[in-house]
Amino acid sequence: MAFTEDNVKTMDSMIARYPRPRSAIMPLLHYVQSIDGFVTNEGIELVAKKLDLSTAEVTAVSTFYTQYKNKPVGEYHVGVCTNTLCAVMGGDAIFSALKEHLDLENDGVTPDGKVSLEHLECNAACDYAPVVMANWEFYDNQTVQSAIDLVDGARAGNPPAPTRGPDVLPTWKQNSAVLAGLNDGHANEGVQAGAPSLLGLEISKVQG
Amino acid sequence: MTTAELVDMITVVIDGFEISVPKGTLVIRAAEKLGIQIPRFCDHPLLDPVGACRQCLVDIEINGRAFPKPQASCTIPVEPGMIVKTQLTSAVAEKAQRGVMELLLINHPLDCPVCDKGGECPLQNQAMSTGQGESRFEGVKRTFEKPVNISSQVLLDRERCILCARCTRFSDQIAADPFITLNERGALQQVGIYEKQPFESYFSGNTVQICPVGALTGASYRFRARPFDLVSTPSACEHCASGCSLRTDVRRGKTLRRLAGEDASVNEEWNCDKGRWAFKYVTSAQRLSHPLVRNSSGDLQEASWPEALAAAVAGLQGKRTAVLVGGRATVEDSYGYSKFARVALKTNDIDFRNRVTSNEERDFLATAIIKSEPTYIDIDRADAVLLVGFEPEEESPIVFLRIHKQVRKRGLKVTAIASKLSIGNEKLKANFISVVPGTEPAEIKKQELSAKSIILVGERASESSGSLSAVVELALKSGAKIAWIPRRAGERGALSAGAIGNLLPGARPVNNIEARVDLAAAWGVDSLPSDNGLGSEEIWAAANTGEIEALVVGGVDPMDGEKSHEALSALQKAFVISLEIATSNVTQFADVVFPVAAVVEKSGSFMNWEGRSRAFEAAVDSLQRSDLRILSMLADAMGLPISLPTVKAAAKEIASVGNWDGAGADFIATKPSAPHTLKKNEAILTSWRRLLDEGSLQEGEENLAGTARKTVVVISPKRAKAIGVVDGDPVCVSNAHGSVVLPVLVEEIHDDAVWLPRNSRGSHLLATLGVASGAVVSVVKE
Amino acid sequence: MTTLTPVLSEHWDEKDSFTIEGYKRHGGYEAAKKALAMEPDAVIQLVKDSGLRGRGGAGFPPGMKWGFIPQGDNKDHYLVVNADESEPGTCKDMPLLLANPHVLVEGVIIASYAIRAKKAFIYVRGEVTHVVRRLNQAIEDAYKAGYLGKNIFGTGVEVDLVLHVGAGAYICGEETALLDSLEGFRGQPRLRPPFPAIAGLYARPTVVNNVESISSVPSIVARGAEWFSSMGTEKSKGMTLYSLSGHVVRPGQFEAPLGITLRELLEMSGGIREGHQLKFWTPGGSSTPIFTADHLDTPLDYEGVAAAGSMLGTKALQIFDETTCVVRAVLRWSEFYKHESCGKCTPCREGTWWLVQLLRDLENGKGTATDLDKLLDLCENILGRAFCALGDGATSPITSSIKHFRDEYIAHITHGGCPFDPQASTLFASAKAGA
Repeated sequence: MAFTEDNVKTMDSMIARYPRPRSAIMPLLHYVQSIDGFVTNEGIELVAKKLDLSTAEVTAVSTFYTQYKNKPVGEYHVGVCTNTLCAVMGGDAIFSALKEHLDLENDGVTPDGKVSLEHLECNAACDYAPVVMANWEFYDNQTVQSAIDLVDGARAGNPPAPTRGPDVLPTWKQNSAVLAGLNDGHANEGVQAGAPSLLGLEISKVQG
Repeated sequence: MTTAELVDMITVVIDGFEISVPKGTLVIRAAEKLGIQIPRFCDHPLLDPVGACRQCLVDIEINGRAFPKPQASCTIPVEPGMIVKTQLTSAVAEKAQRGVMELLLINHPLDCPVCDKGGECPLQNQAMSTGQGESRFEGVKRTFEKPVNISSQVLLDRERCILCARCTRFSDQIAADPFITLNERGALQQVGIYEKQPFESYFSGNTVQICPVGALTGASYRFRARPFDLVSTPSACEHCASGCSLRTDVRRGKTLRRLAGEDASVNEEWNCDKGRWAFKYVTSAQRLSHPLVRNSSGDLQEASWPEALAAAVAGLQGKRTAVLVGGRATVEDSYGYSKFARVALKTNDIDFRNRVTSNEERDFLATAIIKSEPTYIDIDRADAVLLVGFEPEEESPIVFLRIHKQVRKRGLKVTAIASKLSIGNEKLKANFISVVPGTEPAEIKKQELSAKSIILVGERASESSGSLSAVVELALKSGAKIAWIPRRAGERGALSAGAIGNLLPGARPVNNIEARVDLAAAWGVDSLPSDNGLGSEEIWAAANTGEIEALVVGGVDPMDGEKSHEALSALQKAFVISLEIATSNVTQFADVVFPVAAVVEKSGSFMNWEGRSRAFEAAVDSLQRSDLRILSMLADAMGLPISLPTVKAAAKEIASVGNWDGAGADFIATKPSAPHTLKKNEAILTSWRRLLDEGSLQEGEENLAGTARKTVVVISPKRAKAIGVVDGDPVCVSNAHGSVVLPVLVEEIHDDAVWLPRNSRGSHLLATLGVASGAVVSVVKE
Repeated sequence: MTTLTPVLSEHWDEKDSFTIEGYKRHGGYEAAKKALAMEPDAVIQLVKDSGLRGRGGAGFPPGMKWGFIPQGDNKDHYLVVNADESEPGTCKDMPLLLANPHVLVEGVIIASYAIRAKKAFIYVRGEVTHVVRRLNQAIEDAYKAGYLGKNIFGTGVEVDLVLHVGAGAYICGEETALLDSLEGFRGQPRLRPPFPAIAGLYARPTVVNNVESISSVPSIVARGAEWFSSMGTEKSKGMTLYSLSGHVVRPGQFEAPLGITLRELLEMSGGIREGHQLKFWTPGGSSTPIFTADHLDTPLDYEGVAAAGSMLGTKALQIFDETTCVVRAVLRWSEFYKHESCGKCTPCREGTWWLVQLLRDLENGKGTATDLDKLLDLCENILGRAFCALGDGATSPITSSIKHFRDEYIAHITHGGCPFDPQASTLFASAKAGA
């Protein structure tokens, strides 16, 4: 997709956040994904031009970080944590169930472009294991069935809400814009904390 | 560094031996000074330390406090009280190094027998010294699709790569061409390019040379030879005036590759891709092997040497003769031409400047340049560099690297007076002062320099009247040094050898009687001609009028000057003796042709822009004779001997003749030419030669040509708007002589100027337009 | 029984705890006002006096880091908050930021003031969109309230705070890799020296602190160094977040004084899931050598855990019961290190590649007894030989698990495969058992 003049202005505002332009490369690449869905050649060339870098230098950065994709992902990108703790607690079972259910391999995308699947490393929610992420929103304490419901809902255009996140699951592109630092107005939605986060506090109140 | 500069010395103990080294010295290099070789891969003395490969781990303690773990000796500077134990005295360091070596090898293929690097491979060598005899790795090795063409001349075999990042650091830190980078991460990390931007750097070959494994290879050498079958000869590069030390590797009489030699004061350890990969011209099909003589029916036919010499002597008999020698002659050959003109032809009509030139330049060279000795160190220490008529990256690439080194290290201020902001000057972060031919002198005079500044003047400064005069004025006013950096390797030496009309060898002014007498005595002749000789353009003109009747032409392309049609008709009219390695544009007009040896086939020396000579021996056996030898034979046959039978004899004579220490000539300033007035769609032509172009020494090097910059015509945004074109549209540049049509590139250039490459594929300005700079041309949308 | 001490988490149970109103209801931003009325050096001294140690894993005192920043050098200084929480098992900073981002913003104001930084950055990992939203909103609201910007509280103090979102790279938790990443490069660690305090972000003096460290500062300023240091043990002062996860009845966050034991935390949380026993656990994430039931009473402070042969790390207590195959667990962690190795240095890049192959063979019953020795020797060749601590961390689970469970590795070899049923360790299995 072509980048509009407004897109370029937004990029300029991201560059202006930093004392040195090159620092903006990460938000700019998130932003490219919010428009193109992944890091396109056009995006690389534009970022290189904006930051006065060679295209190779931009490629070097975009291929280092796993959230930057070099090919399209689904409208709903589903990640299953299969790091040790989640894997043991059920993450492995969920991931293989989803692969079978969607008929996908790791990094695959459903033919309708709705859902892509990836196994993840630890996502900092171990007290909610097993954890599944969709467009980098938390789906805590998952089971095989709840994960299947999530991807089925996503394919039908009606995914369930995250357990700790906005009221409605945004698309991959919408959330990429959030990661680029743009405010989508959903910060106040969702719980402030899940039950495990409050456990110690609860106990301390009992302790008195 | 001069001895006058005080350096803090630090004493450390390595493996029980004490050594004092300058503060800041890395442990790995302090160890080298003791002859202790710590194995290493990522370390390179000219690149920033990175500590990535971890091969050089050693045990270190400072004032009795030991580091808890072994340290990378390539990243740690010496400190007082430091005790270092390398693999020789520390079991921990020894095991650490063996451990790292084992890890480097687990994913390295065992294809040494078919790898170009095999036999000269740091990994292979150090695996022998530091590795295990057998691998404990029984797993699956990492594989990649192979090889990847990262440019038309460099190939990458990723599975061989040990990710030391030498190549990527070189391209970023030294060449300022960050077109190769480390991509991906972890075990999948790999060197790569952006898929639409190949590794098109003028310096890419250095990465092949510093790659410590066979991951990067040159297309033209790949699979051609084993290093132990090659015979290496130290050489001097014949491609430009930077003055690189090279190494020429020959197998069975054929040059297979050339590498950058080491010379810390000149090219450090680098060279450019032209110097590395343009050498096939020596073996081109056009090479001449026997003398040729034009017979009575007007055809050139092979002749014996005595026949050819006799024909030459007969042809020259009684004719006023001038000598034109190309800018690529060695110092000794130029000296031969110079002496031949004065002694055998009794003329000062000789010029090495076979290009666009001026008498202002001739005077400038004889006064401001002949006795000055600027050096690379002056660039290292300069507070500012001013570029006049000179594009370092295109016209003297090692000068470019040296300036860039200082720009990167300490933000050296560079100012470029040019029509167009070039890629190279952008990389030097140069302050760009936009001019068109004619407006340079005024801008030069406005510059504020100091006695610590240096003005780098290119040969193209002669193309705009008054520029060199302004440079002289600026230098006088500021005390700044002037360095003249011609494009060709032989010009500075030829100046020194007096292959020019106003100077005799050794800086002796022609019009100074003491200088003439001094030289005549040294040469054992009664007298020397006393009038300033003609310049190259004047010689062509005089030959056309018949004033000059014969020409001795060596290594000259008549198409290299403006008014090339005049040169061609002059060749047609005059009796022509041609000395050439191969059939050229002169051959068809020549009456006698002598085949000469190419650079790799003879010994000699080149003098770079600093005035520094680099001698070299023949790298390839050849039956061909040097120009000098032939001239000496010809002079003998004429009965006016110059007594220079060998290069060695010439070198000895040059040394004994020495430099004139008497007064030089005074410089007389030249005024700028009147500005042009431009009509609609008219522009002033500007151009320069690119490093990689259609130069005759690059013939047959297709891999090299593949990395040349795209041929475009450059105009300013204002002009683009006026003629209604955007990037890529075809634009026609024309004059009464001819026209060139090229895709346009709209960028930073003087609004009145148009720029084209002077001699690139599809853009041969001197042949097509008959001019290269300063003339009014029409620029329209095609 | 140790009493829990919710300070950071004190108001997480209020629905609007993450809003500026919710934060201010309980004295939010008052500490910053107090600090800005002090001399910057006095703030540094206060934090030094409190005994606060870095909560990101290494335990280096933030007050000392602040003190290293050269003052009067006429250079820009920077504060960078490390919110790249990615160490397996570690899950304290993300719930903190979700529930109360303002405490971090307030900590940033105080710390920036102390080190004379006019510009601060929060480097947050990219895989947590809602945390990014909350942080972004909090920063926006703080600007609107005049708590950030050119003239904070009208004092003339200037702090500009930029949220920088990562994009998936564990290595960026390493402070110099984080700085390279923030400068727009690949997140690979830098050579040290120079240390960030001298030449950090853009080669300027820079402090890099963990989220929890900086978030602890407002309470120290508000309640005093003595209050803080009255909690904890002799050399490990104050309260901290312990994250309990895995095969326990009730996993979650417990804010307690340093020095609490796992036995106490398990008692509070209902213990190991019913019908099972503790097998092994990590005290501070996957890079800390594993513990067993023998370590239930080890005081969980910096010294106590170190004395027992591991590291407090991020206090990420991952609990595994006897249904868990330790070889499988260690293999998976090794795969993580291989995936996250930045590739810069040989030992980590190639070593993790090889470790995974060896462990995979062992887990699948294709290994031999000599493979165990090879594995240990390989770990020896990586530990302390790699460029940064990632390589060291990769060896911890392997060496510690072989130390405690060599027999289980051997059992895989003699059994010709993994003797465990992976289904038995899942949460679903226990749900069924419970039903």
